[in-house]
Amino acid sequence: MADILARYDILGAFWLTIQLAAWSAVGSLILGTIVAVLRVSPVRVFQVIGTAYVNTFRNTPLTLLMVFSILGLTYILGLQLSADVSTNAFLWAIIVLSVYHAAFVCEALRSGVNTIPAGQAEAARSIGLTFNQSLTEVLLPQAFRGAIAPLGSTLIALIKNTTVAAVIGAAEAAGLMAEIVENETGGLLIALIFAGGFVLLTLPLGVLLTSLSQKLAVKR
Amino acid sequence: MSAQAVLFDAPGPKARLRHNILAVVGVIGIAVILYFVVVKMGQAQQLQPSLWTPFLTPQAWLSYLIPGVIGTFGASVVSVFLAGIFGLVFGMGRLSHNRVIRMISGAVVEVFRSIPVLLMMIFAFTYFSRNGVFRTDLNPFMAVVTALTLYNGSVIAELVRSGVYALPKGQSEAGLSIGLTPGQTLRQIQLPQALVAMLPALLGQLVVVIKDSALGYQITYLDLLNWSKTLGSAYGNVVPAYLVAAALFIGLNWAMTKLAGWVEARLKRTHHVAGPITTTVPNIVQGSAEPGPAVVTDVTDVESGRL
Repeated sequence: MADILARYDILGAFWLTIQLAAWSAVGSLILGTIVAVLRVSPVRVFQVIGTAYVNTFRNTPLTLLMVFSILGLTYILGLQLSADVSTNAFLWAIIVLSVYHAAFVCEALRSGVNTIPAGQAEAARSIGLTFNQSLTEVLLPQAFRGAIAPLGSTLIALIKNTTVAAVIGAAEAAGLMAEIVENETGGLLIALIFAGGFVLLTLPLGVLLTSLSQKLAVKR
Repeated sequence: MSAQAVLFDAPGPKARLRHNILAVVGVIGIAVILYFVVVKMGQAQQLQPSLWTPFLTPQAWLSYLIPGVIGTFGASVVSVFLAGIFGLVFGMGRLSHNRVIRMISGAVVEVFRSIPVLLMMIFAFTYFSRNGVFRTDLNPFMAVVTALTLYNGSVIAELVRSGVYALPKGQSEAGLSIGLTPGQTLRQIQLPQALVAMLPALLGQLVVVIKDSALGYQITYLDLLNWSKTLGSAYGNVVPAYLVAAALFIGLNWAMTKLAGWVEARLKRTHHVAGPITTTVPNIVQGSAEPGPAVVTDVTDVESGRL
């Protein structure tokens, strides 16, 4: 057992998982916010674009997007992001994870907006606040607080979904586990180590986000 | 309540003009993006008719795509069925009045929700094939079903729990007051209503299962994704094959979402449930001692909790 730990860089693989998750979280938050703005905008064309984005990426398997990014986009359409094969896989994994989870970020933000009763907006307008004032002083603060819980579920799902990058050979945790259980005996302990790693990554985050969302919840 | 009604006032003439200009900008933007996609595909010679005509022949469908859809659906339906049983057992366990049973069920559910499905799948596959648990050709299928059952069973256990909690308190009080034991109240009064109430969420979960069954690609399970890869090599049209597979997945899942919405609307109309209809997995995620309120929203929000 000890020599397996010595020969394989398990911490390194988890570090790559964390990097993947962090970059994709930032990417999906930016992209998801843009899509959410499109989806809640009063312009019908923008709404259609936002809805089409969400329906497309929410209903496509992440695995398919991952495989397509390498076998389709890199090899056939020549969209190579880096000459180095593993760097290329890493960069594509970040893009695919961002694009996929942006759909869920959009829905999380939108559900945050949906928690606001219409009376709040009407009250803001009736006391004479301008559009910008009512947005920044009344509506968005409530929307963000209502969106914490769904955004938290999305972040946790994203951390777990980084494992799908193993499909295109990014050397993160799931890829390394597949390699170890393939070559070594004593698989159960290996599986427990990796499973424990993910429990460690996601469970405290879940507790933190849950308490945060309850603490910041708007009492109605 | 739609987001637009909350965020925006009814537009006046100036705002309407601005909206129209923005609409034109949006259409132009999409046209530009589509143009670049088409140009790029053209440069890579992916728009040649010979790459797309195979999809008009029965052979591509009979030999590749339909077996793929059957593979995906087979694993998904079996997994959802088993996950339903798993979820019912552990969901009831979490509601048990026995502290030990409650804690064990809670630990099982939290752990299997935290482990990525792909890890479980790879491990189950290696374990099954090393130890010859099933016939060799059944191993990938069983590994996919095992992983999907454990993960989605845990999610369904949470659904059962939040479904029971969402019922009005009077339901359990009425049960207890006519002399039923707490266990009888749970089984005969609360669960039947909770299960009906969570039907839309259960159908929504089927979409997650269908998407996750594509992870079987990694352990050589012959699902739609894997068959599309084979199709791509057979006809030399990798890009079109994946695009068609994606369209099939989107169509399949979209139909499931619509079905969930229809079931929800029907349940709301028929009033068989005292409490609200659960449409998504509760958003209060992991590690919470108390379940969050069941997320009850309009049909268009069926999605938000689903990953």
